[in-house]
Amino acid sequence: MTNKIEHHPDDSTLMSYAAGSLSEPLCAVVAAHLELCKACVHEVHAMERIGAALFEDLQGSPINSGTQEACCKAIGQPESNAKIPDEPQDHSVLTRILGSKLADIHWKRLGFGIWHHPIKLSPNCNGDLRLIKVAPGQVMPEHGHGGSELTLILSGSYSDEFGKYNAGDLSDLGDDVEHRPVSDSLEGCVCLIASERKARFKDIVSRIVQPLTGL
Amino acid sequence: MAHLLQRVAQSRDAQAFAELFENFAPRIKAYMIRQGADPTTAEELAQETLLMVWRKAGLYSDTKGSATTWIFTIARNLRIDRLRREVPWQTFPEGQEEQASDDIAPDEAVSERERRERVHAVLATLPEDQHEVVLLSYIEGLSHSEIADRLDLPLGTVKSRMRLAYQKLRESVEDLR
Ligand SMILES: [Zn+2]
Repeated sequence: MTNKIEHHPDDSTLMSYAAGSLSEPLCAVVAAHLELCKACVHEVHAMERIGAALFEDLQGSPINSGTQEACCKAIGQPESNAKIPDEPQDHSVLTRILGSKLADIHWKRLGFGIWHHPIKLSPNCNGDLRLIKVAPGQVMPEHGHGGSELTLILSGSYSDEFGKYNAGDLSDLGDDVEHRPVSDSLEGCVCLIASERKARFKDIVSRIVQPLTGL
Repeated sequence: MAHLLQRVAQSRDAQAFAELFENFAPRIKAYMIRQGADPTTAEELAQETLLMVWRKAGLYSDTKGSATTWIFTIARNLRIDRLRREVPWQTFPEGQEEQASDDIAPDEAVSERERRERVHAVLATLPEDQHEVVLLSYIEGLSHSEIADRLDLPLGTVKSRMRLAYQKLRESVEDLR
């Protein structure tokens, strides 16, 4: 990544991530941004200290006497002495989210100049996570109202009222903001888009598809 | 607490582990209950968190890092995985990828104890409406939308209260750069 990242998640979004209360699709997008952005990693670590302080303030719940004994016995067992190997870091967050490399994605056509690839979430999880690919110079799916949405630019770029978004940039606009992003005239744009709610994304998709099918 | 964790990491010290257990297990259990677990599950998760601390202690290497923060993040990730049954994309703090605090001379770095006192002091002075959303987010595990529903507030208000709280807390939790 040679260009500098200029658009970051809102502080409130990063806090929710650090607290572990951001829903899975939004969390995945923030994690993919963090892999590219040291400044936000730094911020998240600071925010985790807030959680630790609140955690420290909790009044402890008594533990049954047998539990500690069992736990201390368990660490004496050979299998728990085996150190867990470091988590597999050979794959990027994005590759783990997609379950494959970005280059190997099988795109489905949504309409003229727009393709998507829905990403499977945990079964009980609400929300929506998908890749969107937009041809050069195309108006992007418009973000609607209500609920949180995050967009991470993976390649290419787009521009809207708030500036230019390049690879690594994350758009975290409030739910009351309207904008009309237009993809880069030469490269187009590939984004990872998360929405907190399921139905809402369908609204967006139908909004792009509709004009193209002649309403 | 950091020295106990280091003894566990370096010499697999069972006595140090027992002390960590006594210190953290009751609070992890309380945390899991606040996050919606029943007491039996909460106790199992507390036990599981501590076993993970034992196994992963080797990954805790930073002498300046707070043991409490490290253990909090393990409990947090376990809670996402078990109680919410979602993928915890959150990573551990002070991982090998961040070396930001390495160039600070030890006497310049704020000691963990000082920092902790400062965070608690600022938390105590937060306006009630800001303190409330921060607590709901970190301890009750609610998303911003869930907080908005619970308090009958617009989503934007919840987010701006979180932001305002962070502006006040930031200085006390950030590393010196
Ligand atoms: Zn960032």
